[in-house]
Amino acid sequence: MQPAVETKSLVHRYGERLALNELDLTVSAGQIFALLGPNGGGKTTLFKILATLLRPTDGQARVMGFDVRESPHDVRRRIGVMFQSPSVDKKLTVAENLRHHGHLYGLSGRTLTDRTAEVLATIGLEDRAAERVEKLSGGLMRRVEIAKSLMHRPQVLLLDEPSVGLDPRARLTLRDQLEELRQSFGVTCLLTTHLMEEAETCDMVGIIDEGVLVACGTPSDLRNSIDGDVVTVTSNKAPALRDDIRSRFGADAQLLGDTLRIEHKRGHELATQLADAFGDDLLTVTVGRPTLNDVFVKRTGHHLDGIAGDSDG
Amino acid sequence: MAEPIAQADRFSTGFVLPALSLAHREIIRFLRQRSRVIGALATPILIWIFMGSGMGRSFAVPDAEGEAGYLRYAFTGTIALIVLFTSIFSSISIIEDRNEGFLQAVLVSPAWRSSIAAGKVLGASFLAFLQAAIFIAIAPLVGVSLTIGSFLQTLGVLGLVALGMSGLGFVTAYRVSSIQGYHSIMNLLLFPMWLLSGALFPMAGASTWIKVVMLANPLTYGVAALRHTLASGGSAADPSMPSLPVALAVTALFAVGMMIAATWTAARPD
Repeated sequence: MQPAVETKSLVHRYGERLALNELDLTVSAGQIFALLGPNGGGKTTLFKILATLLRPTDGQARVMGFDVRESPHDVRRRIGVMFQSPSVDKKLTVAENLRHHGHLYGLSGRTLTDRTAEVLATIGLEDRAAERVEKLSGGLMRRVEIAKSLMHRPQVLLLDEPSVGLDPRARLTLRDQLEELRQSFGVTCLLTTHLMEEAETCDMVGIIDEGVLVACGTPSDLRNSIDGDVVTVTSNKAPALRDDIRSRFGADAQLLGDTLRIEHKRGHELATQLADAFGDDLLTVTVGRPTLNDVFVKRTGHHLDGIAGDSDG
Repeated sequence: MAEPIAQADRFSTGFVLPALSLAHREIIRFLRQRSRVIGALATPILIWIFMGSGMGRSFAVPDAEGEAGYLRYAFTGTIALIVLFTSIFSSISIIEDRNEGFLQAVLVSPAWRSSIAAGKVLGASFLAFLQAAIFIAIAPLVGVSLTIGSFLQTLGVLGLVALGMSGLGFVTAYRVSSIQGYHSIMNLLLFPMWLLSGALFPMAGASTWIKVVMLANPLTYGVAALRHTLASGGSAADPSMPSLPVALAVTALFAVGMMIAATWTAARPD
């Protein structure tokens, strides 16, 4: 089956700065795909290229088989886009926003009226149709955004950091709604996020850093790529401690600021041993199953929030 | 998905429909911001009264008698001010739309980019036109006699001036990233355009270099055309003022030129 989104050796430069570096990505139709990465990692650039707002410097990007550079018009008709900054007009009512959006896609008359009603029902906003958007809560406003992007029945929904500014409950609702769209309409969703909790709930996760896709797979596959447990140690003497741990326990630790990350088959045993051996020098010791954050740290050598580690991790 | 995908590639669905929808939005937005409505109607009336009453005794206008004369003279200038300011203020919304996500949503839709320019300019022009028309309706109260014929002619000129000014507003605002930045352009370019358009003083009495600037100013022709159709102030006594055919031709050309420039500005890739 033709992938919903496909990029090949995609390159984008802002002057000297390389934002996307030969990026290859495939999103199959019907997936809910998260692009996980730190701010400035290139995910918003990729998002803008797929949304036809930015022409890539080099390489290929296709949406539903159409090249964003050669046939942006065909791409635009097939994508629904939800931006980080709200694109609804707050002075208009919910229904007016939807009708206006429909006009941009050439919908009018009966079709537009029917579609507006249908979308309002899908997104559960029928009773708010006549309210001005400025009077709605942040969560509801985000729902109007989704409703808008569904007016023309897109095949691919692109969402840029959709959960920023939403409370945990609204985040869950959003996730449920994406699932519903996939079930009822087969919509492919590609969303960007810097929150691993959000990425965890998606079918597939692509980890993007410094313009490169460093890992891609289901959340469980990615987690399983780490052997055993992850022991995290914080200490004021982290660099010296790393050498000691290596010589005494034969375990390689990755240094990130004042934190050491150690992958170990029997994490809890190592944690006890470390506590016994270096008790006074340790601030905290934690043992856990690997998370997407661990995958990110392992592949990139730094945290999602951008704290740099050393390069030999 | 088996459903047909939205079509927006014909002139009617890709240009006309989005443009009308965008224009409609501008008008709704304006009407829903009460402060804008009040400001738009009250400000020019105040400026006109202050200007007319304050300067009437100090400045002699050809063919006008004292205070009432300058009030009449300033009447046309105030119409130009209404059109200029309304058009310009409406253009500010393009900067807001860009800074918020609204414009992006339009840019990723299949609507033609030129429809953005057409919609914005049409909406802004309509608002400017409407306000100026309401203001003109009070003309008989201030001694500017108006026949139905001259009222209709004036509306026609008004439409052209509004299109030209809104187009100019769009072109100057489209690439500006902040409202503050736009204000400086406004003060530097747009306000002097009004000052030197014959709105405040007739060209006949001005020094030569000012006269040259005035002749190069497209708004001068709009103001002149309005003076002709309203027969308000100085048409007979200001020999320097462009004649009606010249004034109309330049105003129409400017409107068309600005529409083309606005369309081109929006259609150019970022």
